[in-house]
Amino acid sequence: MTLRLEAITKVVEGRTHIKPTTLELHPGRFNVLLGPTGAGKTSLIKMMAGLDPIASGKVILDGEDVTRRNPQKRRISLVHQFFVNYPHMTVFENIASPLRVAGVPKSEIQGRVEAAADVLKLRPMLDRRPHELSGGQQQRTALARAIAKDSRAVFLDEPLANLDYKLREELREQLPDLFAGRGAVVVYATSEPEEALLLGGETALMEDGHVRQFGPTADIYRAPASLAAARTFSDPPINAAPVTVSGGTARMGSATWAAARADGDYTFAIRPHHVLPQPMANGVALEGTVAVTELSGSESSAHFDLDGRPWVSLAHGVHPYRVGEPHTFHMDPADGFWFGPDGAPVQEGR
Amino acid sequence: MSKLKPLVPILYIAFLMLPIYWLVAMSFKTTNEILGGFSLFPQTFTLDAYRTIFSDPTWYWGYINSIIYVTINTVLSVAVALPAAYAFSRYRFLGDKQLFFWLLTNRMAPAAVFALPFFQLYSAVGLFDTHLAVAMAHTLFNVPLAVWILEGFMRGVPKELDETAFVDGYSFPRFFVTIFIPTIKAGVGVAAFFCFMFSWVELLLAKTLTAVEAKPIAATMTRTASSSGYELGLLAAAGTLTIIPGAIVIWFVRNYIAKGFAMGRV
Repeated sequence: MTLRLEAITKVVEGRTHIKPTTLELHPGRFNVLLGPTGAGKTSLIKMMAGLDPIASGKVILDGEDVTRRNPQKRRISLVHQFFVNYPHMTVFENIASPLRVAGVPKSEIQGRVEAAADVLKLRPMLDRRPHELSGGQQQRTALARAIAKDSRAVFLDEPLANLDYKLREELREQLPDLFAGRGAVVVYATSEPEEALLLGGETALMEDGHVRQFGPTADIYRAPASLAAARTFSDPPINAAPVTVSGGTARMGSATWAAARADGDYTFAIRPHHVLPQPMANGVALEGTVAVTELSGSESSAHFDLDGRPWVSLAHGVHPYRVGEPHTFHMDPADGFWFGPDGAPVQEGR
Repeated sequence: MSKLKPLVPILYIAFLMLPIYWLVAMSFKTTNEILGGFSLFPQTFTLDAYRTIFSDPTWYWGYINSIIYVTINTVLSVAVALPAAYAFSRYRFLGDKQLFFWLLTNRMAPAAVFALPFFQLYSAVGLFDTHLAVAMAHTLFNVPLAVWILEGFMRGVPKELDETAFVDGYSFPRFFVTIFIPTIKAGVGVAAFFCFMFSWVELLLAKTLTAVEAKPIAATMTRTASSSGYELGLLAAAGTLTIIPGAIVIWFVRNYIAKGFAMGRV
């Protein structure tokens, strides 16, 4: 069972919203669509689900072309960011409704609904109506409806985005187990890089209607294929600055270090948690001016001005920054990424 | 001061209720007493007026006729308005906004404008003096009203509900009847209420399009007024009975109407 997209596009009033997108999504893992709001994640999911028209290209589900097929006939499930349940039905009826429509025998429905309710801890709420539930329970009902049905593909469109932090963590931990061994292709859209890393599997980085990069999540994190991909997969945004290499020495503003690269101009990018306020081995000093500091739990972040560019440092522990004062930050250039003038990554070596 | 506070709404409500009280009190008086002079309470309490109405077919058939065409009209208007309102709330199509506005302009013309064409038209097709004729004439005003109200309620339902249902396997008709309509049942109640009320109180078209068979109660009232002098007690009793159906319907939809006001569509 695979879901294959062959150069699908979406055109609205003459404007191309989704550029030709080709992906091959497999079951047994999470296929994450990662990108900022407006990148086209929801559009792509709706196209895969048959809810949005496809201008060109094909959607192949389980070997058959479903491009022009109604969503009703695709045997798929969809969970929205907003908690969508049928308001006049009880939780039991909500979970049972796709089964009833599909003509599953009554004797079987009871068992399947209860199994789904058990997995999502909804057993005590089966007789309630959605408006009597908390947000987390409402979304769990929507998830239960998606897993009770024998779907070939399950689309989760930022299902945790509207939940509070604690519920989000709790449900996210459960998610991989929910879909393990079901044989369905699971597509999960999120705007949080951290969520993509936690769910693992494969990630498609989306930006502006493009899939910038697709592959195993860890590989993409370690080796972004472009500056844009590196930007998408970093929160807070990745730090970037132009670097000039000449004679084995890299020069970025006032900072210099030895670099085994061909002479020329590059863009150097490094994630905020690799830029630290204290010295480190092989470290390069960066003289910046602190602009804004934030303390969140055990991490402190400092936005600082580095030769006129906004950079961010994200470090464990509490650090005494003084806003408006100069501060020396440190980074190991080996943690960074190099991109050529065309935005493509440049490997080490002359 | 604080002791006087409740007095203000009480006075106001008493002021509002006065005409209704007067009507009800009159219905229990004899015509002589009504014409005789001022009396706050019926001096000689009588149920004769009500007895006449419930025993004389020309009277009670007026009520039955009204209820028949009002019911037909309400069902017809809401049934037609539901899919129309869905289209306006969910799709963008050529001239959708203009059409929506045009629907409302139908309500701006006085009923008298349409009385003559309707009379001629229904006479020509043999529908004159039928319940259906009045019910259909009233849809001209009630369908736009129902579309307007229902569209507001439907707009409040996220499109994601439709999408979820389609993905879950619901065909459109099944989704519409078993999921969408129950979801906006408050709106259906409010729309039905306003259709009912308009059709119940509308007199001109109902009178013009009927003669004997489908004569509404309001027409009966105006015609009986001069048959044997003034039967004011009888008229007051008929008026009292006319208020009752509206009061019953309001009782059922009172909570929904508040919701409709909150959405700005009532």
